[in-house]
Amino acid sequence: MNMSTLDPILKGRRSQPHQLIEVLQDVQETHGYISEEAMKTVAKELGVPVIEVLRVASFYKAFSLQPRGKNVITICTGTACHVRGSNLLIDQVKGQLKIKPGETTKDGLFTVECVNCVGACALGPVVVQNGSYNHHVTPGKLRKIIEKSRGTRKEEAANAKTQKIR
Amino acid sequence: MPRLRKSGELKALQRELQEKNRNFRSTIVICGGTGCQASKSPEVIAAIRKEIARQGLDKDILVRSTGCHGFCEQGPIMVFEPGNLFYCHVSPEDAAAIVEKTVIKGEIIEELLYTDPVSGLKVAKEEDIPFYSSQDRFLLSYSKKVDPCSIEDYIAIGGYSAIERALSEIDPETVISEISAAGLRGRGGAGFPTGRKWAEAREVPGDEKYVICNADEGDPGAYMDRCLLEANPHLVLEGMMIGAWAVGASQGYIYVRKEYPLAVKHARIAVQQAREMGLLGENILGSSFSFDVEIARGGGAFVCGESTALMASIEGKVGEPRPKDVHTVKEGLWNKPTVLNNVETWANVPSIIMNGSSWFASKGTKGSKGTKIFALTGQVKNTGLVEVAMGTTLRSIVFDIGGGPKNGKAIKAVQTGGPSGGCLPVSKFDQPVDFDSLTDAGSMMGSGGMVVMDEGTCMVDVAKYFLSFLQDESCGKCVPCRIGVDRMLEIVTDITEGRGRPEQLSLLKELAETVSETSLCGLGKTASNPVLSTLRYFQEEYAAHVNHKSCPAGVCKALINYTIRPEKCSGCGLCLKACPHEAITGEKKKAHYIKPQECMKCGICVSECKFEAITVN
Repeated sequence: MNMSTLDPILKGRRSQPHQLIEVLQDVQETHGYISEEAMKTVAKELGVPVIEVLRVASFYKAFSLQPRGKNVITICTGTACHVRGSNLLIDQVKGQLKIKPGETTKDGLFTVECVNCVGACALGPVVVQNGSYNHHVTPGKLRKIIEKSRGTRKEEAANAKTQKIR
Repeated sequence: MPRLRKSGELKALQRELQEKNRNFRSTIVICGGTGCQASKSPEVIAAIRKEIARQGLDKDILVRSTGCHGFCEQGPIMVFEPGNLFYCHVSPEDAAAIVEKTVIKGEIIEELLYTDPVSGLKVAKEEDIPFYSSQDRFLLSYSKKVDPCSIEDYIAIGGYSAIERALSEIDPETVISEISAAGLRGRGGAGFPTGRKWAEAREVPGDEKYVICNADEGDPGAYMDRCLLEANPHLVLEGMMIGAWAVGASQGYIYVRKEYPLAVKHARIAVQQAREMGLLGENILGSSFSFDVEIARGGGAFVCGESTALMASIEGKVGEPRPKDVHTVKEGLWNKPTVLNNVETWANVPSIIMNGSSWFASKGTKGSKGTKIFALTGQVKNTGLVEVAMGTTLRSIVFDIGGGPKNGKAIKAVQTGGPSGGCLPVSKFDQPVDFDSLTDAGSMMGSGGMVVMDEGTCMVDVAKYFLSFLQDESCGKCVPCRIGVDRMLEIVTDITEGRGRPEQLSLLKELAETVSETSLCGLGKTASNPVLSTLRYFQEEYAAHVNHKSCPAGVCKALINYTIRPEKCSGCGLCLKACPHEAITGEKKKAHYIKPQECMKCGICVSECKFEAITVN
């Protein structure tokens, strides 16, 4: 990653160490994760030691140091979701995708994460899929959500292929 | 938007906006909070707007998209003003019928009315719904009246009049004595008197002071602050402005969780609008007061709800707390005097200035004044945001407002105060809810999370849940919290997995007391509450796990087995299809069978089975 891709994020924030978390938030949002190169660039541009950037990036849950999958499935494990069975949802993804929360499938299609509360407690259990909220999720509902995103991806690939042939 | 240069201009604008609103015959209020958005409310709002325009009614009927109404489970929610006709579970396909029948002909569509789960009767008006009628809604009542993205809406209901009054009529000392006289205490959980905090910050010499709004609502099971900030960001902003004026601060920060994207968006829009109108910036409303606000997004660390950790995070550092031998009102953000209050505390400020301290103090108990918002969730019929006067009993909240148990199982406990609070049994349900009485009972009011648990909830598992939460969230700075929570979790895990020994119970208690006495910050000091309160009130559940290796609630996996009762199984194959671990076999239309070696005891089959054929032993 060269400096110019981070330029819009760093604009107006250079040499301001206190902007570190805000800058990392934007890098995470735009690039999906925080790469080693991004950390080095941010360190240099804000005037913060690289080790401090790494410390902050690894302390906060909002930041991922590895690229995430195309579909990010976030299971809320807040108290209200927990008492309504969000642990069943973790079992569901473990069985269906063969990964644990925090991991990404080998094909790069799915990342599963847990969050301590998304604040939609009355609708629990809640699963956020790529930013959109699903409420009262059961293992069966989650299975279909996963199958559907897999299906769409497959269809997209098929469409892309047909277009190429044409 | 006009720029307001002196105080009279705000009043003129307010009159103009009210006049404009009077041109509308009625208003359709549609909830666009996070909860209703999950149930497709943006599509409903778009469909209604389209239909109103198609019928040529856009000059007569105002469609207002608002923040959360608090009854998320019924979403999307729609209310007609005047009259307060209440529709729930509205879908975009209903739009044409709603405009045709209800808006034009004034007819009520029965299917969209709310059905009270207790009486089974349909209810037409919002104020007749038991969930709402048993509440004392003040802060939440604004949510219906404003579009959170419209500063005009807020000004039209009298918004920013309190800061105007403070700037033109009341000196900072009087503002502080009003807040003190009102008896306002911090809504974040600690309950520190707000007026005293402000007075201390004002006394510290220096020109550079800060005010912070703590919207890092990390308690799982609590979302009052999300709703307030999402639904009425200008109210919070106005509270902060009054606080800044009182203590002499010129810069403020709203530290809001990244997990609340809508709250971040609305807060940003509000700050931008206030700047454009000159309500933030230099010489606000022609006075000597200058103030601006920045939004800082939290990075998803529970410990950042603690004031010193939060301030470190705003400074761009790792969110670790520091000892509080010097208070943050003296040395806070960048070592300058700083006043930190949470969202709900700030939101209470403008009305105290407008209505006076005695108005505020007329509600509540001796030591806890005003109303408090709670997030009522878990195994009750009505879940959502509940605002009641301080001192209302747990019983009234759970049974009158919440409507009692959800799944026919008896209610066993209420968890209050999140990971810092505890579980209170039904025998304590007559406790008035305020800052002091819940602490006496071994829990705490906290910021307002209230999770109802029934017989299907294992209290040892609840203790384990909070310990693993705290283990994950402990910043690791001090030994008692970092290692103490680890060891407690080990013991509780042993108990839930059938390896518990009787002597571990006293060790657990001793450890819990040590952690709470010796930890550095509030997170560690209260980390033992879930363990201590469950040990205190649910001793027999611990004993069943330790002595009989059984989990009465049927939750702890190591102590239970799933079996299919052949006489009840229809052989439909639903469980076989649902089992993610391929642990179920069977032929179609014949009784199925669970392979014990492969069963991970996740319970997914139980939730899928329509014939109640799968039992937990």
